[in-house]
Amino acid sequence: MLPELGHFALILALLLAALQAFFGIAGPGLGRERWTGAVTSAVAGQFVMVATAVGCLIACFVNEDFSVRYVAENSNSALPLFYRVTALWGAHEGSLLLWILLLAAWTVAVAIGAARLPRRFGARVLGVLGVVSFGFLLFTLATSNPFLRLDPPAGDGADLNPILQDPALAVHPPILYTGYVGFAVAFAFACAAMLEGRLDQQWARWTRPWTTVAWAFLGCGIALGSFWAYYELGWGGFWFWDPVENASFMPWLVGTALIHSLAVTDKRGLFKSWTLLLAILAFSLSMLGTFLVRSGVLVSVHSFAADPARGIFILVFLALMIGGALTLYAWRAPLLKSTAGFDLGARESFLLFNNVLLVVAAATVFAGTLAPLVSDALQLGTVSVGPPYFNPTFMLSMLPLMALLPLGINAAWKRGHLRDRQRTLLMTLAVAVILAVGVAFGVYAHGAVLTPVGAALGIWIILASLVDPIDRWRRRLSLPRAVLGMSLAHIGLGLAVIALTTVQSFTVERDVALAAGASTRVGSYDFRFDGVAPVEGPNYDAIGGTITVTRDGAPVAVLKPEKRQYWVQHQAITQTSIHMSRGNNLLVALGDDLGAGRWSIRIQIRPLVTLIWLAALIMALGGALAASDRRYRSARAAEAVAPTAAGEAAG
Amino acid sequence: MNRFLLPLGAFVLLVIVLAIGIRHAPEKDVIASPLIGKAAPAFALPDLNDLSRTVRSSELRGRWYLFNVWGTWCYECRAEHQMLLEVQRAAVLPVIGLDWKDDDAQARSWLTQLGNPYERVAVDHLGRTAIDWGVYGAPESFLVNPAGIVVYKLTGPLTREAWTQEILPRLPRQGLPGS
Repeated sequence: MLPELGHFALILALLLAALQAFFGIAGPGLGRERWTGAVTSAVAGQFVMVATAVGCLIACFVNEDFSVRYVAENSNSALPLFYRVTALWGAHEGSLLLWILLLAAWTVAVAIGAARLPRRFGARVLGVLGVVSFGFLLFTLATSNPFLRLDPPAGDGADLNPILQDPALAVHPPILYTGYVGFAVAFAFACAAMLEGRLDQQWARWTRPWTTVAWAFLGCGIALGSFWAYYELGWGGFWFWDPVENASFMPWLVGTALIHSLAVTDKRGLFKSWTLLLAILAFSLSMLGTFLVRSGVLVSVHSFAADPARGIFILVFLALMIGGALTLYAWRAPLLKSTAGFDLGARESFLLFNNVLLVVAAATVFAGTLAPLVSDALQLGTVSVGPPYFNPTFMLSMLPLMALLPLGINAAWKRGHLRDRQRTLLMTLAVAVILAVGVAFGVYAHGAVLTPVGAALGIWIILASLVDPIDRWRRRLSLPRAVLGMSLAHIGLGLAVIALTTVQSFTVERDVALAAGASTRVGSYDFRFDGVAPVEGPNYDAIGGTITVTRDGAPVAVLKPEKRQYWVQHQAITQTSIHMSRGNNLLVALGDDLGAGRWSIRIQIRPLVTLIWLAALIMALGGALAASDRRYRSARAAEAVAPTAAGEAAG
Repeated sequence: MNRFLLPLGAFVLLVIVLAIGIRHAPEKDVIASPLIGKAAPAFALPDLNDLSRTVRSSELRGRWYLFNVWGTWCYECRAEHQMLLEVQRAAVLPVIGLDWKDDDAQARSWLTQLGNPYERVAVDHLGRTAIDWGVYGAPESFLVNPAGIVVYKLTGPLTREAWTQEILPRLPRQGLPGS
């Protein structure tokens, strides 16, 4: 009964999404006030229906209803309750349902926020979101229905993919998708502004908090995925430039460009057409991410649900959606004229560089990700593109970006001078260089050429981010959340640069073969292998190794890596064991039984690797703080504050 | 020429490339087996129905057979079971099963309940033979000719389309009943 109820709710949601799209776009377009007013009811109804459908599917998972195909494929009676719930998004159909639920939730939030917007504009935003929702609902119902029954029902389920039975990966998709879907809001605002033909800077101000929140979620989601890859895949890497990782990283890069470009449009009324284009691009890349992961066009370790029929549907949907938006852009953007100018050294110039460099970075990632596909389509043979391409090309656009950042955040709008900050900045740069060189050659006593450069840039970014808040505090000026949030996010970025540089330069990796009782020295740590013993889990058997770590004879940690064999799918999973010691991450993974009591063991010492994810979290927190600024919450207050704040407040 | 049309043009190009990419996508799903055209790996494993007897690859020489890798733990194997029974009824060629990393009692009750499409079932508890055959995941089926050469490998469940379009055309015509 429940699956049918869920299916029915999903069909109703599709109809309501169609109504939402129709009322939202046709209402204001034809000047029908009653249609315009009906949009919010459609939004509310759609959310209730989607939530009902999700609730039904979760209930099927919890009740172990293996007559539902999707449940039978992704769950098992031995699966712990927590994973039976998160198995909802363990594969394609449920992931889509999650995407739709999050979109419906964002739409409700926009509908509540839109109460402060002009009525017709708000309705148009909701209408565009309705079109997006309609497309995804139609896709789900037509090609990926999670409520299909099995006849006869399966005796037991095929289990959730063991690599997904992990707390970090269980919460990774909702957070990542919240970010992806959030860019739909920026997209909807841009389309609504173009439909309305009202392309002043007002729409940019309305869009800013939504976009920043989406960006923060996306950053958290990516960091969580990277964290999972680090400890679960067993090989200790934290970023593989895998197509699926790139698919989430590209919208993040373009989203970063977008939040900066929106600031310029909001504050100065510049970059208007460029901002529109970025808003379309950020969401297009989010959808393209879905397309690449789900269509089987690109083969990746992550794409466990590949199906060409689905790929064609997404492609057609993508073509209509993005093609439509770009057509609208080609029609409306020529109406835009920028009147204001700015000096070369003004903040606008730095933000222009920021945008260009970020988009170039996204383009290099895009080219690397799609190169295998293009080469295959043109029958030039199969190529694979990996870190040897991505690392240097990405650095090429990131290094200048990092070097310009401390100047940009301290430059004034419009006028090309650094106010009175020139000396302060030079001093911070000097401090950063001395610290970086000191640490690189003093503490670690060795390092590559880029090590002091990266470390100096990271430290400089942090110091330069502190200049403005300290200055305001000393002059007893107001310290709005927008400024604090921006500083915090940039400090996070500086920390990330330091952490990435350190990890890349000073990681020690060793693969050793040890018999029980033997020990090996890696870095300044001694690792003693104490042998293996069987371990029994709730739905797997495992062999657990014990490795005692000491440093100069003093005990540091006892690490217990495991090799798990999950009962149902017979998949072997390496469970690494990690310990933090003096900023170093000691990672141990159990390899193969080499016979005669000897095991291959992978040992890695990565300094500051935890800081990478911490830094990502700080950046996201900075975004959240900035988005909560008072000036976004009341349209009227914002307009009153705008003229005075325009010259002062940060971007 | 409107420069604001450029993004649209670039996007159209991308859609074309992706469309061509999709057309090629199904071919990538098939993991080509290096075994094709080579001798099927030899094995000697206990018979599921009588563990004291042995199923030997050498005994299978001299006729076509379909080597099907399955297990009761394998969800998709249930889906292809009906088709395997049809293959048995059509009596075109024998199906030899490889019960992969499975519980013998469960496997026997599975065959009693759902019907037994196999002429013989070899039991591979340790999965060594499956490794020799390069099995990636169950179910998989290999078509082997009378000379013991692997002619075709099917990854995933045996469907009617796979049977009529991939396997039947590879069999010699005189091997088919009524022709």
